Amino acid sequence: MLTSADLDTLLLTLKVAGISTSVMLLLGTPLAWWLARTRSAWKGVINAVVALPLVLPPTVLGFYLLVLMGPAGVIGKFTNWLGLGALPFTFAGLVVASALYSMPFVVQPLQAAFTTIGQQPLEAAATLRASPLDTFFSVVMPLAKPGFLTAIILGFSHTVGEFGVVLMVGGNIPDKTRVVSVQIYNHVEALEYNEAHWLAGCLLVFSFAVLLTLYTVLKTQPVAHQLK
Amino acid sequence: MTQPITARFQLDYGAFQLAVELSLPGSGVTVLFGHSGSGKTTLLRCIAGLQRAPQGFLEINGHCWQDSERDLFLPTHKRALGYVFQEANLFPHLTVAGNLQFGLKRITNPAGAAGLQHILELLGIEHLLKRKPDCLSGGERQRVAIARALALNPEVLLMDEPLASLDFKRKQEILPFISRLHQELNIPVLYVTHSQQEVAQLADHLVILANGRALASGPLSETLSRLDVPLAQDKKASTVWQTNVVEHETGYHLTRVAFSGGALCLPMADAAIGTPLRVQIYASDVSIVLEVPAATSILNVLPATITGLIDDHGGQSVVRLQIGAQALLAHITSKSARLLGLQIGMAVYVQIKSTSILN
Repeated sequence: MLTSADLDTLLLTLKVAGISTSVMLLLGTPLAWWLARTRSAWKGVINAVVALPLVLPPTVLGFYLLVLMGPAGVIGKFTNWLGLGALPFTFAGLVVASALYSMPFVVQPLQAAFTTIGQQPLEAAATLRASPLDTFFSVVMPLAKPGFLTAIILGFSHTVGEFGVVLMVGGNIPDKTRVVSVQIYNHVEALEYNEAHWLAGCLLVFSFAVLLTLYTVLKTQPVAHQLK
Repeated sequence: MTQPITARFQLDYGAFQLAVELSLPGSGVTVLFGHSGSGKTTLLRCIAGLQRAPQGFLEINGHCWQDSERDLFLPTHKRALGYVFQEANLFPHLTVAGNLQFGLKRITNPAGAAGLQHILELLGIEHLLKRKPDCLSGGERQRVAIARALALNPEVLLMDEPLASLDFKRKQEILPFISRLHQELNIPVLYVTHSQQEVAQLADHLVILANGRALASGPLSETLSRLDVPLAQDKKASTVWQTNVVEHETGYHLTRVAFSGGALCLPMADAAIGTPLRVQIYASDVSIVLEVPAATSILNVLPATITGLIDDHGGQSVVRLQIGAQALLAHITSKSARLLGLQIGMAVYVQIKSTSILN
């Protein structure tokens, strides 16, 4: 059975994933919009930076974040100056690291959806008196809805499933940074296979449900409607 | 005379340059005619503000929309225009009603419910309001797009080849709606096309574009009959006359119409006495004689004066004639022109073999 400590890790995991996903959407949407529309020479560089977490071992990303966010790092000095203290081994640090790590899973589907929409609906909206910001909310967001759903589901579930970055940046502090994946590791280290089974089973069912939703429910809606 | 629409644009894309300076009337349909690459669509997009010409000036009914000298450029969404794209470009996530409301919600001077109702009736789309664009035919989508633009009560309606993506049948379905527009609505329409047929059917004013330049701009029949533009030498060159129905000769299935230089016999037209008729006369259907023929099967023989004559050095001559206030083009062989001794200023007779009625 799930112990109360296990339940706490589950709740904490959902909290981290929920907040990270919101952060990713807030930062990732304008970034994906820019990437989808820019002709800047920087596009390739930014695309590569966003995609880095896809290929880097999580420990590498975690290591750099640990150094940068630590008291001697650039980010650490900045957060200290703001009076927030150093971020490593805190909940906030965990959210920042998770958001960075899962960013490509949010940015890439959004970027693809925005690219598919193309120029035409935006021009139509402009001739119908809609300002660019108005057009984004009244035309782009509804047309990119499947892209947003995919981004939210992938961003959220990928954050739930991460381990390496969490361990490097967040550590293993109950109620602060101890998420499900770390707790499973703890159980296995302590040879508590029964407990590990329960938690691992929860993640397995969750992940399968997420992917099933992606491939069945969302499949019925094409990534972007064809403009007629 | 200053015209209500003044447009000057210059832009340079390397391979393509646009340099036009136009004064256009504030009512009726102005057709911007040209082949692909002539710059007609670019010109329309510059007028809409969808493209920004580095050097540009645009004034419509006293409102300045662009003046690069003063660094003034009104973004598209602040211009009181209606735009119809080549593809209807309806929003797929909204119903027809939603598409119509999209612009209406964002303007301060809507035509009002009565105005919208009138537009729906004019375009025959009242029964489509609840449908999504996916469930409309190509012709229906384009009619909705026209209604969506008109609902804004714009100062000018811009149409970019609105029929180009439709098949012949759909074109015939929409053309009457468009020609009704300028009879019923008092706004200028700028209409881009590469189809001579659409020019003949819709234009009141014609601008001919080639290689990013305006070769000619003026009233339709005057511009069609200009010998200095390639259109007059085209195999399908024609002139268009505005006429009025005078009488029907029912027994012969003929209709007599009057124009400023006389009268014409046409195939029976389904139109009441007094109705205006637009008549198209192909240059290849016009022949020239020096005297009134004693006996001819051709009904329309009219006195005319030669006002222009050019030889295409390919065996064919283009003759421009004046009949009253109307100009007419005739394509004849260079040999005939020589044998008849045709010269500018000569009084001759024209025989018009056939005519077609455009509305």
